[in-house]
Amino acid sequence: MAKAAVTKKKRMKNYNNAGYFFVLPFVIVFLIFSIYPVFRTLYLSFTNFKGFGTPEPVGLQNYARVLTDKFFWRALWNTVRIWGVNIVLQLGLAFLLTIVFSDIKYKMRGLGIFRAIYFLPNLIAATSVSFLFKTLLDWRYGTFNQVLNAIYQFFGISKEPIDWLGSGNYAGYVIAVISAWMWFGNSFIMLMAGVQGISKDYFEAAAIDGAGRWTVFGKITLPLLRPILLYVAITSLIGGLQMFDLPFLMADKASAAYNSVQTVVMYLYKFGFETGTTQVGYASAIAYVLFLIILAVSLIQMKLFNRKGD
Amino acid sequence: MSTFDKVKKTVLYVLLILLAVVCMVPFLLTLVNATRSGNEIVTSFTLIPSTHLKENWETVFQFFNLFKGMWNSIKVAVPATLLTAYFSAMTAYGLAMYKFRGNKVLFMGIVIFMMIPGQLSLIGFYNLCTKLHLVNSYLPLIIPAIAAPGTVFFLRQYILSVLPPSLIEAARIDGASEIYSFHRIVLPIMSPGIATMSIMAFIGNWNNYLLPMIILNKNEKFTLPVMMATLKASTDIQRNQGAIYLAVAISIIPILIVFCFCSKYIISSISAGSVKE
Repeated sequence: MAKAAVTKKKRMKNYNNAGYFFVLPFVIVFLIFSIYPVFRTLYLSFTNFKGFGTPEPVGLQNYARVLTDKFFWRALWNTVRIWGVNIVLQLGLAFLLTIVFSDIKYKMRGLGIFRAIYFLPNLIAATSVSFLFKTLLDWRYGTFNQVLNAIYQFFGISKEPIDWLGSGNYAGYVIAVISAWMWFGNSFIMLMAGVQGISKDYFEAAAIDGAGRWTVFGKITLPLLRPILLYVAITSLIGGLQMFDLPFLMADKASAAYNSVQTVVMYLYKFGFETGTTQVGYASAIAYVLFLIILAVSLIQMKLFNRKGD
Repeated sequence: MSTFDKVKKTVLYVLLILLAVVCMVPFLLTLVNATRSGNEIVTSFTLIPSTHLKENWETVFQFFNLFKGMWNSIKVAVPATLLTAYFSAMTAYGLAMYKFRGNKVLFMGIVIFMMIPGQLSLIGFYNLCTKLHLVNSYLPLIIPAIAAPGTVFFLRQYILSVLPPSLIEAARIDGASEIYSFHRIVLPIMSPGIATMSIMAFIGNWNNYLLPMIILNKNEKFTLPVMMATLKASTDIQRNQGAIYLAVAISIIPILIVFCFCSKYIISSISAGSVKE
């Protein structure tokens, strides 16, 4: 008996060793293409590497420079401002839609088709979206201003056309709105999945107890949705702080708006990859400062949400 | 339900439909404007197609060959997606079903790495590619797809919920090798989950802009998004808005087709992402 148990254990162990075989390709590629670049960037951030030649160590010099670089802080502020406007619209709209579709009294139909349509903008490559809106919003020839102008004329108002993407006052907000347009469907699907994951028993019990729909919403739906709201907000923040494609493609370098929409990653790109301004060491330090900011904000956000949960 | 409630419900439907219109009108305008001449677009606004598709087509293809870009995108996105699908399933299976030393460490590493922003490693990644002489090659866009932490995470949870360990044990008793069981038993059972993640991986690869832009610097190698971005530099095409709209239209049609067939999978994968806790 005992002998049989030992051999069985031994054989199980052999089986378990097959696990190494299954994870090996992943581990190799992960080490080379994911882990190594992270540490390589860290190393380069302590050097004066210019993209060619040998990197020489300069200690914390790059980090000191990031912290005192007013253009870095401007880029960070631009990023946060654009993301802030975007997340309010994106999550607000997604939340409203979730309330409408989860209402126990109205029982709205057509969730499948609406959800698919709302998600559509998220599928299109940012490059295509950028050129589409750049052309639609062109201040002289764009369709958007044509429609606006037609409305103004109808009411007998005369107004100068607005240069949506060329003016520092508007460009950031325009990009935020387009970004929200691209992402609200995604958030909506996530929130809705959360509602559908809530056990029907809760709702039935509440209905038997005679709870009104707002009570149900406030006491059941909202509290159970909180972790998903947190998840959506954090993923959006991590993505938002890395914003690049839309502002990079939509704002012309020569335009007055460029300085108001240059994001941190655009700033990083300038030093990391653009010819003429390449300072790879400095760009690496920017990457790490950005990472630390993302990390800090995620931790604070998690703490806040956990406390409210009690 | 009272009449007042019915009115409110109708108003809600109208608002929902309006929002749907807002989501679709830009694409509709793109398709319509792609058939209109630059002059027509500049002077008036309409949703009725015109007759200038051919001229716009010529303007676009004089500037770049979008189909070449599409072919390049396929050459990157298809192998990358296949690698992600196969190796993520393999890794997820290894993590979920075998108790070997380092299993927990690897899983923790995957979870942590899912939270690290990609831009953090961008510079190191490019630096690595220059050292390996992989700049202007598709390999750095394809090979790293073997290690996709997010997909592995999802598929690991998926295996734990759909695959009973007794099934594998039964196969062992019948003398099946581990890799045989994986190919013949595990992969078929996992296929719905793999399909979901593959579609998302494909769309991500297809739309990816920053990384291909950094790695590729020869025109004939450009993927579709990188090629589209060169529109920025063309003054010729900028003068004719119809051509820009046509280029945008051509670039979004493949993804729209994918969406028509796979929207269910796409939505279920996003839903799964939010309730995985």
